[in-house]
Order: sequence, then structure tokens, then C-alpha cells
Amino acid sequence: MKKRQFLQTSLALPLLAAGWSRAQAQGVGVGAVVAQYAALVHAGYEDTLAGALELQAAVAAFVAQPSQAGLDKARQAWRAARESYGQTEAFRFYGGPIDDEQGPEGRMNAWPMDEAYVDYVKGRPNAGLVNDRKVLITKSELARFNERGGEENICTGWHAIEFLLWGQDFSAEGAGNRPFEDYVDGKQANADRRRQYLSVVTELLVDDLRYLLGAWVPGLRNYRERFERGELESLRKIIVGLGSLSRGELAGERMEVALNTQDQEDEHSCFSDNTHRDIVNNALGIENVWLGRYVRRDGSTLQGASLRELVAARDAEVAERTSRQIAASVAAARAIQPPFDRAIVGGRDAPGRQQVQKTIDSLVQQSKDLVAAANAVGITRLTLVAPKK
Amino acid sequence: MKPSTVKRLLSTAAALALATGAAWLQADEPPAVSGERPGGDTTVYASGRNAFSFPAANLGDEERTRFVVGNSFFRRNWVEAPSSTRARDGLGPHFIARSCGGCHEQDGRGAPPAPGEQPLGLLLRLSVPGRNAQGGPKDEPIYGGQFNNAAVQGVRPEGEVVIRERAVPGRFADGEPYTLRQPLYSFRKLGYGPMAANTMASPRLAPQLPGVGLLEAIPEAEILRNAREQAAAGRPVRGVPNRVWDAPSQQMKLGRFGWKANVASLAHQTAGAFLGDMGITSSLFPTEACSASQRDCLAAPRGGQGGAPEIDDETLGHVVFYQATLAPAARRDAEAPAVRRGEALFHASGCAVCHRPSYVTGDSPDPALASPALRGQTIWPYTDLLLHDMGPGLADGRPDYQASGRQWKTPPLWGIGLLPDVNRHQRLLHDGRARGVLEALLWHGGEAEGARQQVLKLDRADREALVKFVESL
Repeated sequence: MKKRQFLQTSLALPLLAAGWSRAQAQGVGVGAVVAQYAALVHAGYEDTLAGALELQAAVAAFVAQPSQAGLDKARQAWRAARESYGQTEAFRFYGGPIDDEQGPEGRMNAWPMDEAYVDYVKGRPNAGLVNDRKVLITKSELARFNERGGEENICTGWHAIEFLLWGQDFSAEGAGNRPFEDYVDGKQANADRRRQYLSVVTELLVDDLRYLLGAWVPGLRNYRERFERGELESLRKIIVGLGSLSRGELAGERMEVALNTQDQEDEHSCFSDNTHRDIVNNALGIENVWLGRYVRRDGSTLQGASLRELVAARDAEVAERTSRQIAASVAAARAIQPPFDRAIVGGRDAPGRQQVQKTIDSLVQQSKDLVAAANAVGITRLTLVAPKK
Repeated sequence: MKPSTVKRLLSTAAALALATGAAWLQADEPPAVSGERPGGDTTVYASGRNAFSFPAANLGDEERTRFVVGNSFFRRNWVEAPSSTRARDGLGPHFIARSCGGCHEQDGRGAPPAPGEQPLGLLLRLSVPGRNAQGGPKDEPIYGGQFNNAAVQGVRPEGEVVIRERAVPGRFADGEPYTLRQPLYSFRKLGYGPMAANTMASPRLAPQLPGVGLLEAIPEAEILRNAREQAAAGRPVRGVPNRVWDAPSQQMKLGRFGWKANVASLAHQTAGAFLGDMGITSSLFPTEACSASQRDCLAAPRGGQGGAPEIDDETLGHVVFYQATLAPAARRDAEAPAVRRGEALFHASGCAVCHRPSYVTGDSPDPALASPALRGQTIWPYTDLLLHDMGPGLADGRPDYQASGRQWKTPPLWGIGLLPDVNRHQRLLHDGRARGVLEALLWHGGEAEGARQQVLKLDRADREALVKFVESL
């Protein structure tokens, strides 16, 4: 057992005590499942923060001395950090720390973004906050400008950073290709502000990830502590998150819309052409929670009491069906051929579109299976959080 | 209890609710059931930032696909023509916002601008005395039917809105003072010279959207019945329906939407907002709103291929469908003692006469733009959808079809308690002047003066209970 896992287990044990008696009587208990979920959330944000800190280091090196190699390294760090973050999106949609009234989600991962709100675009050389020298580039100012005057006026988070690293994508085969000279004084207007913007917006993302991690650190009086005492209500939230990501967000917002419009504007990570990985990681995040398992950034595996076992104890058939469907979604997502903005284009028989549709169909079915699974453990009010008490 | 028994009980309750509709007009007793699920089977259990953004719980799979597609056109920005985008070309020439979501943020409610900023979720309608060909307000000759404070490159914005505020102090019967804020509107930096001297301006806040499809499906007869019964009661409260021009059906219809019930259907409201607020033409409103003296506006490039509207009928239909199927959220704390107390006060103070609690929905006006999931639902919007004289304090002095310069439509109350979750504010009334439920109540006058007097007499605990009830809806 690795040290980190050991610590996790020993910290989690006292919190599980309440759940154990029932767990002994009828297999895994609600408390144990909720506690394992909390451990997954914590590990997921911890990994994402580690990835974001590497991104921040790469960005710092790049802006100190802009070069193609430095830009490539920052892009690579962004992609690596997104692998972890994508999986954490299974922890959204129930008004938890990520998206309650104070939640930073809109500041971290809002999309689609009108890139002209941040920096120049083709035909509009002076567009964006970068080129508006009246605007002060600080964390609080950028946070204030985010989503101001429209949900697409996004100037912070993963996709703002993505745009600053890749630029607009005009290539059929590849991603955007912003020249590193954009960050070199004398080569592109406002290079100084672009460097500052990239640094500040990355720091803001790191801050927000730290905040989230704090809410899920074990052994503190924080959200996790309340969550772990939440019994069935916490379980309900867990399933609401999985169902909402499956149907409304991943199948709906992130794929059905793009299939309908066949428009690159409607893909999640449109500058980097990383959308196919976003989809896989979202699907995987759902499977992680279902199986009570998470393969960490360092390759180690966190494994514990799972929703699947809990459901299986009440209705083995529903549990089995849900497991199969969730696995099918992950497999279907992996089979989407990048780049996504090409996969969505074409007629009815286009293989790319069919594969995207297959993933959608599987996710839609899995959201229904999750409802059945919730019903099996006595949960019916599934839309979002229960009425405030 | 068996499910079938529950269902039978519920339908009995629904029947009871219908039967006691008239009793609410007498306004002395709470109804037999206060709806925990304001949207019937469409109701979602939601709070937090996304609370207004869920599809009706009983929506089918294919309808959910249509919902998300409509959502993308609702919230994504439109861009200036000519542009490389195929799907969303044609913003302006004049506009206020770049997307529906610009004003209805998170499908929620707009707010007055912060000091020094231009309004976004709050627009100003303009007219001069007289009527247009359909009997509606007559446009201001230069600036048209509403003021647009933004424009595409190469076109002048119409100008800036100036908002000053006047303090309006008052006192509850128990001696506790309060201060309301009355906004006063004017214009500056006008892009096309002075407005007509007799111009009337009316501020209108973007309301939250969940439940609008259900409001559209309330049988017209029920709304007319509200007016009949109020008239028969012989009290000061006498709501009247508005009748307005409906572009989709090309006829005069009962008004339901807008702060003066000045629009009959969601399709008209949506296409009207696309044109008026974003400068996007549709088959319903094919001509950009540039007046003859706005030459730069007339000359600006258009989106849309070969003279086609900038939003096609199919896409417009998706956006209408999306809004129609946004679901009301379940009530919070419905059984809490303070909320129950507040509910009793709500009825005892006469609020429920205009804010009629419940209806059973019928058919939507255009089945192609709505869902069967909306039909036959017992809903709890708390409105009579009628116009009422609300007194001089709220008057805008600008008639709108049958609505006078002192009349406003009773706005539905559902969702108000979730505004802080979704929009981080709770600005109420037609221009968002009220900071919360209690201030909104204190602004009531005219026909509602009696209800206001009742509220002034309440002690602090009861006032808070009343607010808690409204916020639980």
C-alpha cells in the first residue's frame, strides 16, 4: 500500500464507523459509499491541482522567455491537467462546492467562449481584454469580467487559457496554432499584456482548485464533513451528479448540439482539439464514481466501497445492467476519432457522426439505468438538490 | 399507501383546487393544498446556480435533444455580419445583448445596471401618443419601439440610458422605518438627435423563464374568469385582460407575457426579442428595426443567406421550445411553520386575489413549439395574468394595447426564492427597483393599496413569515 493511500484509509476509517454496522449486516453501507466518494473527489482535485501547478510552472517559464518549445510544453501541461479535471466533472450538478452559490465552476470551465472577448481574432486585431489597455489585468478584475454581459463572455478558466495557448483553430486536421511570437514584444501588439494575462488567469485557476480541494480535505469542518454525514441525501446528490453529466451535459450540451449544428463553435475544447479527451474523461469520471475507483495521476489506484455494490445488494440485475452500460459509454467515447470538429461533420452515414451518436445513445440509456439504480436504493427525487432544510 | 391511491388523492386535490378557485377570491382561507410541485409533473428538484435551467421532468428523450439544441441558440452569442460562422450570423445593426442569455442570465432575471454602467437585462420601450396599425403603441419616429444602447462596428449606438434614484421613505405601523428607491430615467449622447418631445419611455426587466410554457397553456377561459369574478366581488381589485396583436397567428389574442401582458405567445415574445434586443430577423419579423433617419443602420451588412431571415424557422422553433419546457423548481420549506404562517397571511391580506395560486393547464397554442408534457398539469404560478392599476408610484405613463399608464400585469411569483441562487440578486417589479419581496410589496398601490395597508400593519415576525412564504414558491 502506498503511503498516501494508507493515510487516506486511516483518516477515513473513523468517519466510516457509523456506516459499518449496517455494512456488516448487509454488505456495503450508504456511509461507506459516501465516504469513498469523498475520497475520490479529494483525490481528483488533488491530482488536478498538481497538474495545474505544472501548467503554471510551464506558463511562468514560457512568458519569461517565449519560445516554441516553451509554448509546446505549456500546451502539453494543459492537456495533462485536463485529463484529471475532466474526471472531476462527475462531482458537479448538485450544488456542491464546485457549483453552489459561491462555486467557481463558471470561472473555471465555462464554455463556449466568445474568444474575441479575450484577445484578437481573425479580422479583429484589436479585440479583447488583452488589447484594451484600460483594463487592469488582475485576478479580481478578470473574475469580475467573466460572464459579464453574456454567458459566452468568458475570460477565465481552462478555455481562456486554452485560447491563449492555441489561438483560433482554422486547421481541418489539427488544432489552433498561435505563434509564440504573440508573446514577444515588438512582434505582436500588447505582448506584455498577453504574457501577464496568461500568468494571471492561470493563477486564478490554481486558486480555485485550491479552494475546491479545501472543501474536500478529510478531517476538517468543511463541506466533506457535512457531506459524509448526509446518508441517503448525499447518495442522492452523487447520483444526481452522474445522471446530469450523462444526459444533460455530456450527451446533450457537449455532443447533441455539435451534431445538430456541425459547427466547431459547439465543441468543448475547440482551440486545442482536445474535445475527444474531454468526452472520454467525463465518461470515465462517471464510471469512477459508480465503481468507487480512481486511477490516479501517479498510476496508483484508489478503490473502495462502491455505488455498484450498494445497488447490487438490492437489485443485482439493475446493477449489472448499469455497469455494462457505463462501460459501453466509456468504450464508445474512446472510439470517437479525433478531431471532434471533423467527426461531427457529414451526412447521416458519416462514420464520425455515427460514433458520436452511439456515444450519445449509450449515455442516454445510462442516465435511465442510473435512475433505476437510484430507485433500487430508495431514492426518487432525482433532479438536483432536495429542498433546503 | 398504494401509488394508485396516491394518484386518486392527488387528482381529488386538483379537483378541489379547481372548485375552490372562487373561494380564493374571497381571500380568507388558504387553499386545501399548497403546491409543493409548482409545475405538476414537469417540476424539478433544483436549487443552486442551475436551478432555472432544467428541462421538464416528464420530457421525452427526443424532446430533451431539442431542448439542448434550443439552449445552445439561447445562450450562445450572435456575431456581426459578415462573419465566418454559419449558424449565428447577423447581430444588430442596433442591439442590446448578443444572446438571449445576455439578459436572461442562466435562464434567470436581469437586474438594473451597476452605477456607471449601461443596462443589459433592463430595456426601455419608447412610444409617442397614438396607436400603430395593430392597436399597439406607436413607435417613437426616430428611435423606434425600444432604445438600443449598442451597435455593430460602423453604426452609431442610439445613446445611453441615465438612471437617477429618489429615496421614498415610509414606516410600518409598528414604527419601523424603511426607504424605497425610485429610479428616474433619461437619455444622453443620443446618436440620432433629440427624441420627439412627447416620447414616453417604459423600463422593462428581463424576467426568469422557468414555467413560461405552462403559463402559455393556462386556458383562456380561466383568465377571463379571474376578471369576471374580481368584478363581481365588488372590491377595488378589478383586473382586466389585455388583448394584443399576435404575429404567429396573425390575430388579436389575450396577452400573457411582458410586464403589461403585451404579448400573447412565446413565439411572438421570442421572435420579438430576437429582433428588438439582438437585431436578428426572422420570418415573423423580417425587417431590421432601423428607422428612416438611421441611415448607417439601414446601410449595415445583413446576416442570412440571399435575403433569408437571420434565424430560420426551425432554429427559432427550437429556442421557443427550449423556453417552453424550462421547468419550475419544487418549493423549498413548504411545511416549515413560518412558511405556513406566511401562507395564511398571504391569503388573509388579499394577495391571492390577484396572485391566484393554481390552474390546470390545457393545450399550448402551437403544439409544434411545445410539449404534450405541459398539458393537464396542476400548476402553482400565483398570478391572474390580468392588468391592474398599481397606483402612481409604479406608473410608467405609457399605454400598451389595453393597458393604461398605471396598469401592470400581475407577475407570477414562482421562482422568486431561487433568484439569489441563480442570479445573485432579488431585484423585483417591472424595472427591478425593489430589493427583495418586502420592498416589492411596499410598492403596491392603486387596486392593491388595501393589501399594502394590511402588510404595513403586520409586525416584524409576520412580515418575515410572509416573505418566507413567497420565497418558498
